[in-house]
Amino acid sequence: MYHWDFYTVLQSFDLFLIGIWTTFLYTIGSIALGVVVGLVACFARLSRFAALRIAARSYQELFRCTPLLVQILWAYYALPMLLGVTISNTVAGLLTLSLYVGSFYAEIFRGGINAIDKGQREAAAAVGMSGVQAMTHIIMPQAIKKMLPAFINQSVIQVKNTSLLYAISVAELTYMTSVVNSETYRPLEAYTLAAVMYFVMLFPLTQVADHFERRMRRSD
Amino acid sequence: MTEPVISVRGLTKSFGNLDVLKGIDLDLMPGEVLGLIGPSGSGKSTLIRCLNMMETPTGGKFLFKGKEVSPRFRGKGGSIGTGDLRREVGMVFQHFNLFPHLSVLDNITKGPRTVLKQPRAEAEAVAMDLLAQVGLADKASAYPSHLSGGQKQRVAIARSLAMKPEVLLLDEVTSALDPELVGEVLGVIRRLADQGMTMVLVTHEMGFAADVASRVIFMEQGRIAEEGSPEDILRNPRSDRLRGFLSRFHG
Repeated sequence: MYHWDFYTVLQSFDLFLIGIWTTFLYTIGSIALGVVVGLVACFARLSRFAALRIAARSYQELFRCTPLLVQILWAYYALPMLLGVTISNTVAGLLTLSLYVGSFYAEIFRGGINAIDKGQREAAAAVGMSGVQAMTHIIMPQAIKKMLPAFINQSVIQVKNTSLLYAISVAELTYMTSVVNSETYRPLEAYTLAAVMYFVMLFPLTQVADHFERRMRRSD
Repeated sequence: MTEPVISVRGLTKSFGNLDVLKGIDLDLMPGEVLGLIGPSGSGKSTLIRCLNMMETPTGGKFLFKGKEVSPRFRGKGGSIGTGDLRREVGMVFQHFNLFPHLSVLDNITKGPRTVLKQPRAEAEAVAMDLLAQVGLADKASAYPSHLSGGQKQRVAIARSLAMKPEVLLLDEVTSALDPELVGEVLGVIRRLADQGMTMVLVTHEMGFAADVASRVIFMEQGRIAEEGSPEDILRNPRSDRLRGFLSRFHG
């Protein structure tokens, strides 16, 4: 019978805290950058210029159709060889995560905007609004409500995806758990604890997404 | 002699291979109420949508108060852009197209505040006045989803009027309404006509067109087939096609 010993593992709780904090920073940073990238890609795809549409589409497909882990390893080990410069694991990790999530955000934003009836755009134009005014005052406020559940779900996935930075030794929660494990030789407790921590962070978020989804269905 | 507000010569519109408007000549005089009638597919909705550049004409001349209308948002040189045109030429849609995320009051003040940069207090005073005119002063804080179709359309009319347009375009504004709600909307339009508002209306309500319009145009296959006073067009149609079209409405 296995003898559970969380006490030993919990003595390294400061290491877990470092991991949680780092995971949090990478999540927030890559979501913020990803929103910017996603918005740019989204409007490029809605643009009337074919070159912009093709460029945005190519970016999206490149990042959506290759595994994130491969992208991270490529950015950290391969890209520096191509460019002849060193890239820190922080930069490689943050950049890859941001570009990856941005490609999905772009699709979520585009879907939300396209879901708005074209009569809304016409009504905005009919009172003399410019395209930008119609977008900011009429289309976006409605589209954001529609895209919120999908946006939160993608962000939940993003929190979990930071764990792949383990592969390039970023001190996020999964990596720090492996450090705890190597210090205590208690993998069962260490990784169970890590799983619990991820769950505690993410469960409230999925509940929020569900809440918005229910509210959206009611108001439709 | 007074100048026409809108003047159109040889206006054409094609969607791909489909020629929807095949050369329209039209002058709209101040204070005139022009009724556009015709079978579906005759081009009357496309024509009215060209008059505020909701559709960009394929060819022909389009003047607003003597100024050429440009397809760009801002006009260049002597031409007037679509942005400026639409401040002067309001449009009310068949399906209302109210902004669902805004209250009735904000629906009406949004245009004046963002486009005309009116201060909130001023825009709201105008909006309340307009709501009173369309009989919905008590609905100012309601959201569109809580209104009936007739109420929505009256708000949509108030929203257009808040821009103080020279011309109001009404594109089948009662077609999506339950029959018992048509009257309240027509009543509002009737009062606007009495106040001297220049209007173009696409309608299937022949009785109403006869009553409110000062001139009626019968369109067929992308052309103006017949035009004249409501009596001439609706009571003494010359062509067989118009007679046939009208007989379907008189039952």
